[in-house]
Amino acid sequence: MTASANRVRLDGSGRPDGPGLDARLVVRRPRFDLDLVLTAAPGEVVALLGPNGAGKSTALRALAGLTTLADGHVRVDGRDLTNLPPDERGVGMVFQEYLLFPHLSALENVAFGPRAQGTGRREARRRAAEWLEHVGLAEHASARPRALSGGQAQRVALARALAVRPGLLLLDEPLSALDAHTRLEVRAALRRHLAGFAGAAVMVTHDPLDALTLADRLVVIEGGRLVQEGVPSEVARRPRTPYVARLVGLNLFRGRADGGTVALADGNLKIDAVTSLEGDVFLAFEPSAVALYRSRPDGSPRNLWKARVAAVESRGDRFRIRLDGTGPDASGPDGPRVSADVTAAAVADLGLAEGSPVWASVKATEVRVYPA
Amino acid sequence: MLRRVLVAAVAASSLAALAAGCGDTKDDKSGGSGGSGGSGGKTLTVFAAASLTETFTRLGKDFEGTRPGLKVRFNFGGSSTLAQQITQGAPADVFAAASGTTMKTVSDAGDAAGQPTVFAKNRLVIAVPKGDPAKVHALADLAAPKLKVVLCAEQVPCGAAAKQALAAAHLTVKPVSQEQDVKAVLTKVRLGEADAGLVYRTDAKAAAGQVEGIEFPESAKAINSYPIAALTKAPQSALAREFVQYVLSQQGRAALSAAGFESP
Amino acid sequence: MDRARGRPPLVLMLPALVGLVFLVLPLAGLFVRAPWGTLGTRLGQPQVLEALRLSLVSATIATALCLLFGVPLAWLLARVPFPGVRLVRALVTVPLVLPPVVGGVALLLVLGRRGLVGEWLDRAFGITLPFTTSGVVLAETFVAMPFLVISVEGALRAADARFEEAAATLGAGRWTVFRRVTLPMAAPGVLAGAVLCWSRALGEFGATITFAGNFPGRTQTMPLAVYLALETDPQAAIVLSLVLLAVSVAVLVGLRDRWTGAA
Repeated sequence: MTASANRVRLDGSGRPDGPGLDARLVVRRPRFDLDLVLTAAPGEVVALLGPNGAGKSTALRALAGLTTLADGHVRVDGRDLTNLPPDERGVGMVFQEYLLFPHLSALENVAFGPRAQGTGRREARRRAAEWLEHVGLAEHASARPRALSGGQAQRVALARALAVRPGLLLLDEPLSALDAHTRLEVRAALRRHLAGFAGAAVMVTHDPLDALTLADRLVVIEGGRLVQEGVPSEVARRPRTPYVARLVGLNLFRGRADGGTVALADGNLKIDAVTSLEGDVFLAFEPSAVALYRSRPDGSPRNLWKARVAAVESRGDRFRIRLDGTGPDASGPDGPRVSADVTAAAVADLGLAEGSPVWASVKATEVRVYPA
Repeated sequence: MLRRVLVAAVAASSLAALAAGCGDTKDDKSGGSGGSGGSGGKTLTVFAAASLTETFTRLGKDFEGTRPGLKVRFNFGGSSTLAQQITQGAPADVFAAASGTTMKTVSDAGDAAGQPTVFAKNRLVIAVPKGDPAKVHALADLAAPKLKVVLCAEQVPCGAAAKQALAAAHLTVKPVSQEQDVKAVLTKVRLGEADAGLVYRTDAKAAAGQVEGIEFPESAKAINSYPIAALTKAPQSALAREFVQYVLSQQGRAALSAAGFESP
Repeated sequence: MDRARGRPPLVLMLPALVGLVFLVLPLAGLFVRAPWGTLGTRLGQPQVLEALRLSLVSATIATALCLLFGVPLAWLLARVPFPGVRLVRALVTVPLVLPPVVGGVALLLVLGRRGLVGEWLDRAFGITLPFTTSGVVLAETFVAMPFLVISVEGALRAADARFEEAAATLGAGRWTVFRRVTLPMAAPGVLAGAVLCWSRALGEFGATITFAGNFPGRTQTMPLAVYLALETDPQAAIVLSLVLLAVSVAVLVGLRDRWTGAA
């Protein structure tokens, strides 16, 4: 069973009958099958990361009951939700485009859940008003959704989802519809509200910053399967797939360690590191750890290889240089594909342009090696 | 560029088709006099009251038989509607009406060639559904309050005749419906929706097996006359006169009386 | 006209104008030939007022019935996938292509005094529908309901079903979702459908005269009155037509803002 292979638990949450979320989601899709074990302790925020089409949203919909499970189960605080329709699950969901009811005011939107759950009209409105106050929108209670800004709509959507007092809160790309500036503010507010939420929360995102700043734990899925899981700092430091490495901006390679030296799996380059390991490993380093030279540097530092500039991209005050390793006919060993971050001055000094030949090196102390 | 040409071509051809279509219908109605020629095929257009449908269709076939190449077309309908169409310029050769008043509209407008001739008479009968479930025997029975009676609307000849007959019998009948023509009355009776209705004897006869016709003496007070006339604007005026003569001939009378019409 | 965009092509303008003239000219004819001098007295005739009242009442009740049964039917077609949904949709639209007179005969065969259902209604409850105002309403409902169903189904299909999902996650059952989210969001489509339905019911002739017959004050609606008036008094028919025209234009204009807002 693949599920057991995917099961990686870093904490004690998700015991059957225990508090929080315990789920195994199996959904058949034309392009892939989702098979994912997902757990979250009360108060924990789990970010579900993955490339487009990895099955993140499908997983979220399955938790909400909007997509039928082919197999598996969903339990929240010991209650089995597997066969319940969405309206009986008590799961709050914030949708990507918020989906605020356009014909209802902000207050009526938030009061909708309590009303649907059978709360009296006045009590529902009172609770809705409290929630709007809580998210700082008391003065917009009577506004229609179309009159709200993106950030305000996001907060109303959050208040609406929380107003049903869910045991599990689901957020589908909660910040993706916002512009960069608003995003900053709303992210901070969302962080506060999530901290105050007592239940388990699962958030789908493809923004590493959202994931790193809002989540207690990251779950990365690709092609419907879990590929990496862990606390944000661990995932950011030690990516295990090219997707995660790109996400956190690291150069990542597989290789075989023999003491302090790692032979990269692709090509014939050997990289020295300070960590001593044996066997299959991952090797990662920051783009800023890469040094570039126009000609072979004197003193021949270790971890040196010849490369060709494939692309130069401006990144604020830095430039990101994409390097292709040159073939075995070059004087150095066959080099890897690497990203390097350099200053504008370095670009000018070295005359970097597409096609320029360069020498690249990375210090052994900057190289992280960890078991594959 | 090619696309523009295509669009234009399609538009032009559909316009042409439209124009040709209009022309066709006009030719048909004008009886082919406008040179649709060939094989001497001529078309005679007869406007006739709906109650003449069965009889005239047969007479038309027979008439065609005596004149090879001739085609007789009929437009059957309510007499008043037909009269209006004729006075509005519909291209007809012959008009056979179910009442003198409707014929009068046409002759008053100067559209009838010569004096219209009455060629048949028709009288009303009580039509009841097969088996006569409501046990209707005489006109007086129609006044029973529970009975569902349908009549023609007073605006159409069969309704006017019904009104006349009921007045002659000093009867007040409250119909559940005043139908737009005699065939509609017949339909309601045939389907059993109505217990009784007043229709022409010829209609009851044509629907024999599905409805029963009950004769009543008061019908003598409301006899419909059927006048026929060739029309002044007839595209086939000679043929029109011949057709009128044919209807008035021995064969014509025989066919009419077989259908239940009375001689004038 | 914006010069930069050039003149509209003649190949479109010409047929468009022909079409417009074709639609408008007959209406203009009604106005030109209307007996304006005697209009007042003719309109005051009790027969006219009776027919108008009957038309308005029966068309409105028919529209209400169409809403009551047609909206759920449209919802079923738009939202519930069931085997044979295409067949059902085709069946629903049959009255659109059926000549109304045939529809009237069909109604007689089913709901008439000797009809499949009508016979039972008569025996069990003493209810007969032909020749009654209820019969008029039924005939109009039969003919007009497809317009409503098609229009509402279109509105429901166009509506974003994710709002319904959002409502479900908030704890709303299907009925609550329908009542508080689906219906309000499809309201413009429902309104457009109701207007279309009402107009169709108001102009209904064939099915009505066949199924309900023609009796002033009970089953003689405006179109029937127009038809019979034509037999003897074409001018009266013109007056009646103008009244019908005026009423429908008034209603359409009254609803125009919402109507165009929905489009």
